Amino acid sequence: MFPDGFDYYEASSVSEAIDLMAEHAGAETELLAGGHSLLPAMKSGLSSPDVLIDIGDVEALHGVTADGDTLGIGAMTTYSDFIGEDASEEHAPALYHAVRQVGDTQVRNRGTVGGNIAHADPASDLPGAALASDATIVVTGPDGERRVSADDFFFGMYATDIGPDELVTRVEVPSAADAVGAYAKKPSPSSGYAMVGVCVQATVDGGTVQSARVGANGVMDRGVRLEGVEDALAGASLDEATIDAAADRATEGLDTAMMMSDLQASAEFREQLVGTYTRRALERVLDRTPTPAAAD
Amino acid sequence: MTEHDITLTVNGAEHDLTVEARTLLVHALRDELGYTGTNVGCESSLCGACTVRMDGEAVKSCTALAVQADGAEIRTVEDLGTRHDFHPIQEGFQEEHGLQCGYCTPGMMMTALDILEENPDPTREEIREGLEGNLCRCTGYQNIVNAVQNAAKEMQPAAVADGGESDDDPTPATDGGEEL
Ligand SMILES: Cc1cc2nc3c(=O)[nH]c(=O)nc-3n(C[C@H](O)[C@H](O)[C@H](O)COP(=O)(O)OP(=O)(O)OC[C@H]3O[C@@H](n4cnc5c(N)ncnc54)[C@H](O)[C@@H]3O)c2cc1C
Ligand code: FES
Ligand code: FES
Repeated sequence: MFPDGFDYYEASSVSEAIDLMAEHAGAETELLAGGHSLLPAMKSGLSSPDVLIDIGDVEALHGVTADGDTLGIGAMTTYSDFIGEDASEEHAPALYHAVRQVGDTQVRNRGTVGGNIAHADPASDLPGAALASDATIVVTGPDGERRVSADDFFFGMYATDIGPDELVTRVEVPSAADAVGAYAKKPSPSSGYAMVGVCVQATVDGGTVQSARVGANGVMDRGVRLEGVEDALAGASLDEATIDAAADRATEGLDTAMMMSDLQASAEFREQLVGTYTRRALERVLDRTPTPAAAD
Repeated sequence: MTEHDITLTVNGAEHDLTVEARTLLVHALRDELGYTGTNVGCESSLCGACTVRMDGEAVKSCTALAVQADGAEIRTVEDLGTRHDFHPIQEGFQEEHGLQCGYCTPGMMMTALDILEENPDPTREEIREGLEGNLCRCTGYQNIVNAVQNAAKEMQPAAVADGGESDDDPTPATDGGEEL
C-alpha cells in the first residue's frame, strides 16, 4: 500500500496554486487538501497522479468567518475546526450536523469542507448539506472568482463545475440563525460513508414551516434536493402527520431506475431508505424546534 | 519523483530527514526515525493502529505524507509515560485490562488523549464515538471504554483546576449519540 511516485509542490497562496496548476497542465495533476480521499485512492492504485499540489498551508483557505448575512468557510477548513466554531452551528445548522457525522475523530481532524465538496463522492455527507443550506461554492481560477450555487455545482459522480485550472476557495452559507438543521444518515457498516443520508434545514415559525430545503446523499450519482419533501413541508404545520406525508414523497421526481446500487444496498433498498431517513431527519427537526409557547 | 528535506519534531526531539514525496508519515516515523511504537494495521485508513498526534490532533499516520507533516510537532505513544511512571491513560489500560494482544493499543491511547483533552469527563457513549476510528480485534471494546473512563477520573483534578466544571452542565457538549 504505497502510493506510486509523484512530484510534490507546496503552494503558499491561492495564486501560486493556480500558477502551479497552469505550469503542470500537461501532466496528471491533483490538488492535495486533507488527503483523506486522495491518499487512500493513491495507496490502493485507483489514482496515480504525476503531480500533487499541496494547498494545506495556504493560510487564506483556512477558517470560518461570520459577517452577519453569510458564514464563509475556507476550503481548507478541517471538519474539526468547523465544528469547533460556535458560529458554525448558529449560522449553518444543517451543514454543522452533517459535518459532525463525517468519518471518525481522526478523519475529522484532517479532511476538509472544501475537499469533500470538490471531490463530489456520491456517498459523501456534505453535498446534500450544501444543497440543504443553499450554499454557494466559490471557485477561483486564472480569471478570478466565480460563484456557483450548490444547485448547479454537482454534475455527477466525482464530477463538478470546477474547471481543470480552478480550485474551490470558499464555501458560503447564507446565515440561517433562525433555522433548525438535522442530518440522518445510514452509514455503510464497513466504510462509514453514507448509504443514504438526508439533510434538512427548515425555518419554523409558530409551528408552521416557513421554508425548508432538503438534500440527500448516497441516493443518486450526486447530491440531490428532495423536492417532494420540500413541497410537502412548505406552509404545513410541523407535526407527525406532515412528517408522514413528507416522507411518503421522498423519492418524488427522482429517476428510480438511475438510483445508486451496489453490494451493500440495491436501488430498491435505497428507495426505502430515503423515506425512512427523511422521516428521521424531520423527527430531529421537530425535536429541535422550540415549541410555539416557549419561543418568543 | 521529487525528494524533500523536512523537519519533524517527534516527542520533543527535532529530526531533519530527506524523504521521497510518496513516503507516508508512519513510515518516516518507524523506518527512518525508529519510533516503532506506532503500529501499522490495515494500511488503508480504517483501523487507527497508526494514530499519532500531529500538532495536537489525532491523525492516522498512514494517511498523511511525511512532507505534509514538515514542521509539525508529532507525539507518539513512546512519549506517554515510562514503564515505572505510567501516564494515566496507560494506567487505565493496565487497571481495566484494556488490551489483549496490544496491537491496537498505541493508536487507542493516542486517540484517547484527543478525546480527554477535548472533553475531560466524557460519557461512555462519547468515548465510543471518539474511538470510532480505532478497531480492536481482541477486547470487544468494553474494557477499552473502562480504561478511558478510568484515565478520565485520574486526570480529572487537573481538569477541574483548569476550570473544567463539567458535572453540572445539563447540555452535553456533543449530541452526536442521538444523531447516528
Ligand atoms: C476512513 C475514512 C472514512 C471516511 N468517512 C467519510 C464519511 O463518512 N463521510 C464523508 O463525507 N467522507 C468520508 N471520508 C472522506 C473524507 O471526508 C475526505 O476528507 C473528503 O472526502 C475529501 O476531503 P480532503 O480534504 O481529504 O480532500 P483530498 O483527499 O485532499 O482531495 C480529494 C479530491 O478533491 C480535490 N480537491 C480537494 N480540495 C480541493 C479544492 N479546494 N478545490 C478543488 N479540488 C479540490 C483533490 O484534488 C482530490 O481530487 C472518509 C475518509 C476516510 C479515510
Ligand atoms: S494502519 Fe493506518 S488506519 Fe490502519
Ligand atoms: S488488543 Fe488486540 S487488537 Fe486490540
